[in-house]
Amino acid sequence: MPEPLKTDAAPHGADEPGRVFNVLMVGVGGQGIILASDILAEAAMLAGLDAKKSEVHGMSQRGGPVFSHVRFGAEVHSPVIGMGEADVLYSLERMELLRWAPWARPGATAIYADTDLPPGALTAYPPGLDDEIAARFGQVVRFDMRELRSRINPKAKNTVLLGAVSVLTPLPLDAYVRAITALVPAGTADANLAGFEVGRRIALAALGRDAEEAPHEPAAVAGQE
Amino acid sequence: MRALLSGNEAIALGAWEAGVAVGCGYPGTPSTEILEALIGYPGLYTEWSVNEKVALEVGLGASIAGGRALVTMKHVGVNVAADPLFTSVYTGVNAGLVVVTADDPSMHSSQNEQDNRHYAVAAKLPMFEPSTPAEARLFTRWAFELSEQHDTPVFLRTTTRLSHSKGVVPEVDRTITPAKHPVGVDQNPPKYVMIPGHARVRRVEVEARLAELRRVVETHPANVVERRGGVGVITSGVPYSYVREVLPDASVLKLGIVHPLPEQLIRDFAASVETLYVVEELDPVIETQVRAWGLGCHGKDTFPAIGEFSPEVLRASLGLPQPGSVAAGDLEVPMRLPGLCAGCPHGHVFNVLRDRGLFVSGDIGCYSLGVLPPYRIMDTLVDMGASITMAHGMDIVLAQAGQTHGQRAHVSAVIGDSTFAHSGITGLLNAIWNKRDGLYVVLDNGTTAMTGAQENPLSGERMGHENSTHVDYVLLCRALGMPEQNVRIVDGNDTAAISAAVDELATLPGVKLLAAVGLCVMEAKELRKTGKLAEKKAWRELQLTAACRGVRTDA
Repeated sequence: MPEPLKTDAAPHGADEPGRVFNVLMVGVGGQGIILASDILAEAAMLAGLDAKKSEVHGMSQRGGPVFSHVRFGAEVHSPVIGMGEADVLYSLERMELLRWAPWARPGATAIYADTDLPPGALTAYPPGLDDEIAARFGQVVRFDMRELRSRINPKAKNTVLLGAVSVLTPLPLDAYVRAITALVPAGTADANLAGFEVGRRIALAALGRDAEEAPHEPAAVAGQE
Repeated sequence: MRALLSGNEAIALGAWEAGVAVGCGYPGTPSTEILEALIGYPGLYTEWSVNEKVALEVGLGASIAGGRALVTMKHVGVNVAADPLFTSVYTGVNAGLVVVTADDPSMHSSQNEQDNRHYAVAAKLPMFEPSTPAEARLFTRWAFELSEQHDTPVFLRTTTRLSHSKGVVPEVDRTITPAKHPVGVDQNPPKYVMIPGHARVRRVEVEARLAELRRVVETHPANVVERRGGVGVITSGVPYSYVREVLPDASVLKLGIVHPLPEQLIRDFAASVETLYVVEELDPVIETQVRAWGLGCHGKDTFPAIGEFSPEVLRASLGLPQPGSVAAGDLEVPMRLPGLCAGCPHGHVFNVLRDRGLFVSGDIGCYSLGVLPPYRIMDTLVDMGASITMAHGMDIVLAQAGQTHGQRAHVSAVIGDSTFAHSGITGLLNAIWNKRDGLYVVLDNGTTAMTGAQENPLSGERMGHENSTHVDYVLLCRALGMPEQNVRIVDGNDTAAISAAVDELATLPGVKLLAAVGLCVMEAKELRKTGKLAEKKAWRELQLTAACRGVRTDA
């Protein structure tokens, strides 16, 4: 074992321009995680940034946890988000959010659907998961799926939660709209864009922000494509 | 324009741009999406071959006839293809021949973690290893160039993390017309007929070529030196990206070609840094060579030899601080194990076999999940096709010891349709020919489900959902020497029919084959979207009737 190395690399730096933004997107097979992460990475690329995303296919997808790492910024090296590096943890299932919590940096934002899909023989989770999440994350945007059922197409749930991501990322809204339109199944763009807008509004309310504030549009982003 | 492509999609793009004429392979995570992307390009031929050995031979034949060929497989597939691989290095190529090996560090979807860089060393062919999707596209083109310039098949190694990561690929233009290699069979028996007298001559050529390649890699643009601080790192593939995250100030020698290694480049780099690390996933392939040259370095004394790397693995290995994360709670998160899909027909067979207390020799595919709860019915699983052959071996020994059970059918085998076509049929022939006993069940869902529903010889379709021939179990088994009453085809969703067939077959001597024909629920979901579900369902149901066997009438 050699001497420990010295490095100036901050594990997750301050909000300097061009820094890499990390969104970890998790859920259970079939929930649409891969599509949602494709849209986010595409939006970052359309915004002129470098982007990478990573996931695993195959056996683990047969009912196991599904995850996708999305990273974007001026220059992205690793396709995976290290533990403690996710700025946003996005989950389409309540317990999956807690499974992946060690990947979130202190003060990270949790965006999740309060859907419970207990694994195996388990029929329900212990109470208090929402409190547990609220105590551990810096900010929380919880989607009450029972309340939302009448307002959105349930198949657009993944893009609804993506709307919440969009108010936190330094990407222009237009990039999201173009990415959604390009990637969702034919004939579903309107439903997905509507869901995306619902998600944005819920997130802005939950975070106590005005619609005018979001998203950030750094000058460096424009015109690089 | 820029495009966000996975490593696998980028390899397909690079192959198309290189003027590939033939893409073939056998599905296997993480390699499958390469051919699935390649089929979308114009002016080339793609096929799922029945196995990797066949695919490599198809590719070599294409090459000799003047068509550039891309052959894809997962790491364990190279074991199957190893026989033609080693000798194809002796014959060399006519048009470029690139073999993709998709390794799976951490065994996300594999039965072992073999490091296929050893194959490049052992078989003596060059191997590229890209770090990003942009490089995967570029290195695929370079691999075809190198193949033709040096008359050798060339390996392109990817790993799960590269194959299934997306990155920005610049200047993608799908309107170009790639230049092809001139067609024409290279008729040259001393080069392509490997009788010993010819092979001894080619053997010398292989060493001469390797010596030439050692010179080429010293200045090849795939090998890049990045000068920064006094700490030096030799790395390749995806671990390069982790090095840049964790050691942003280190000087880096990034090897885009991991065999043969550039000795002078490595010596010069080693001499230019204060401390030298070799950062490579799995085995110390680069490190062993670096040490053999007498160069001091830190490698597997610092970094693990098991499993995939990540930024935190590198930090932990180097004693660097890890970033903090959100507060840890006391809550225990329940395990979420993978399992068969709701409605999967395989479960019915599993229940019947479990109820009868049969030993189950298993195979590679979704149905290997039968070892997990709630079924817990699988007793062995080793490699493609081994269900039948290992059951055969067990039957020999049990029969020798007189440990028989009824008609000696207490060893059963389960094998999927694609695996049966891959290497189950040879085992079946062997068991029949050697007069063994056994109950072999084909879990036939008409697709290669585990890897995402690829066509196979039991689908009635070839690649691209094109109607094709369909193996007839009864005619096949009869031709191999099995009496007709030992073959049964049942509805895979009909538990009573499966039970009755298993019980009836158990009373018969010899090899028995039961095909449980159903429909993969994942494929059905996709077929519903494309409006093709009714046709596939009807075709599956026809398999249950004696009226429709063999060649599809509309093929």
